[in-house]
Amino acid sequence: MSEEKNSGQGGVSDVMARAKAVLGPMGVLIHTHCQHGDDTLVVQAEDILKVMEFLREDKSLRFDMMMDLTAVDYLGAEEMHPYLKPMKARFEVVYHLYSIEKNHRIRVKVPLTEESPFVDSITGIWVGADWFEREAWDLYGVVFRGHPNLKRILLYEEFEGHPLRKDYGKMKRQPLIGPVN
Amino acid sequence: MREEDKERGYDFHKASHTETMTINMGPSHPATHGTVKFFLTLDGETIEDIDVEIGYLHRAFEKECEAQKWNGVFPYTDRLDYTASVLNNVGYAMAAEKLIGIEVPERCKYLRTMISEMARMSGHYTNVGAGALELGALTAFIYFIEARELLWDLIESICGARLTHNYVRIGGLTNDLPDGFRENVKRVFAKNRKLWDDFDIMLTKNRIFLDRMRDTGGISQKDAIAWGFTGPCLRAAGVPYDVRRAQPYLMYDRMNFDIPVGSTGDNFDRYLVRMEEIKQSMSIVEQCLEQMPEGPINVDDARWRMPSKDDSSTKMEPLIFHFKQIIEGQSIPAGEAYQAVEGANGELGFYLVSNGGGKPWKCRVRPPSFALTSALPLLVKGSMLADLIPTFDMINLIGGECDR
Repeated sequence: MSEEKNSGQGGVSDVMARAKAVLGPMGVLIHTHCQHGDDTLVVQAEDILKVMEFLREDKSLRFDMMMDLTAVDYLGAEEMHPYLKPMKARFEVVYHLYSIEKNHRIRVKVPLTEESPFVDSITGIWVGADWFEREAWDLYGVVFRGHPNLKRILLYEEFEGHPLRKDYGKMKRQPLIGPVN
Repeated sequence: MREEDKERGYDFHKASHTETMTINMGPSHPATHGTVKFFLTLDGETIEDIDVEIGYLHRAFEKECEAQKWNGVFPYTDRLDYTASVLNNVGYAMAAEKLIGIEVPERCKYLRTMISEMARMSGHYTNVGAGALELGALTAFIYFIEARELLWDLIESICGARLTHNYVRIGGLTNDLPDGFRENVKRVFAKNRKLWDDFDIMLTKNRIFLDRMRDTGGISQKDAIAWGFTGPCLRAAGVPYDVRRAQPYLMYDRMNFDIPVGSTGDNFDRYLVRMEEIKQSMSIVEQCLEQMPEGPINVDDARWRMPSKDDSSTKMEPLIFHFKQIIEGQSIPAGEAYQAVEGANGELGFYLVSNGGGKPWKCRVRPPSFALTSALPLLVKGSMLADLIPTFDMINLIGGECDR
């Protein structure tokens, strides 16, 4: 596990300390940082359900709300994070969690390779992740295993490719489609 | 079911049941504001199943942003929740400033707080007014549209635009307040309070309105949290979560305001919460004007400030900075940051990633109405078709924000 210095003032936040104390020994953390005061955990794709369940259920963390879920394509910019190159990762799925009870936030990231952009769906933990995962599939082509209804959401079914990938040209055209029936 | 029927194992409802009917509602339906398609399975007038199809207003917001310089993103953010567009400006600017690590001057913070609340009022006026309209209350709609017009006159006098304001910049704002602004606020707010009272009299105790709104589209606290509800819809369900209070930004920690909370989470509570928030926002605007100090509205550091038009056409250095910023963009240090603000519909979050270049590597917006709309099947399944209209109104899907 690598670690970056906190760019904020002061030491490690309570959230981070607790998360590290439990997740560290489990060996699921790849990296942690606290850039601009945002606590961030980077975990392996296969451990995501374990990590999320812990973050939701732990008494001192209680992340009861899945605020945001998105992906980032780091094609050609893998040097931005130290762990991307060694893992040959191209994408990152980014989760932002919030705890209403404790009023704190955390960011969880999962690096994924181009060949296997698979990660387990968290709809079983936060039902509200449904559409967010569909959007990440639609725009980035990340596959959420176990999602009940993984189909395109913002674009139409016949759309070819995943437009927010960096190798999808901004001016690329799509073939015209007629009425389906 | 009658007792004797139950014993016989006879279900009258089932026996008299006709085949379900599937119909498309939308994408352009006169009783919904926002472009969205419902694929409905109806049993008589009861909604058996509903599939919500969004994306009709998708215009590649993120892809466009990735092709713009940092300051060029603002016009695109305007078009997210276009009924409260400055809120989007403010959220994006704050996320970018978090990445840079700068703090804007106090007057700028006050101005941003003030205009954010004006935008929230505009958003709520539109939502509540249009909601009433779609239930047939055209008169009430006109009252709030008048209030919104007057409010937009005020905003126009600050930044020159009525709908898509494009007022905020990274590190500051485009303009300071014009002369005579305070008097205008006083005049407009007096009129708007009158309009609010009239609107309240027309609707809040109106029998027809109550019947349509009360006990329809309800959601429990637990479900609301699980589905990622934020903003007025979450507060109507009884959870007092408001970013302005939970994690104060700008000048909200110095403002004195209440957070209205509902109890049942139905459409009527959502309406009441929004109505009260309009009042609270007016009070915040007035407090801002009272407390606002004199001073600069932009940061001192020339790297992060857009030089004023006057300076850049008369002085050498501002001209160079202006040129550099327009052609190359500001080189915001590499990193990532998430900043949430309380939008008109709920938590509006911006997640920005910079690779150190002049353009955002990633510009994600967390749209509150996206999460709200995703729970629509839960809210309307089993209810009457007519209840879909007030529920959808109070969920307040804003196409620009939901579809991006």
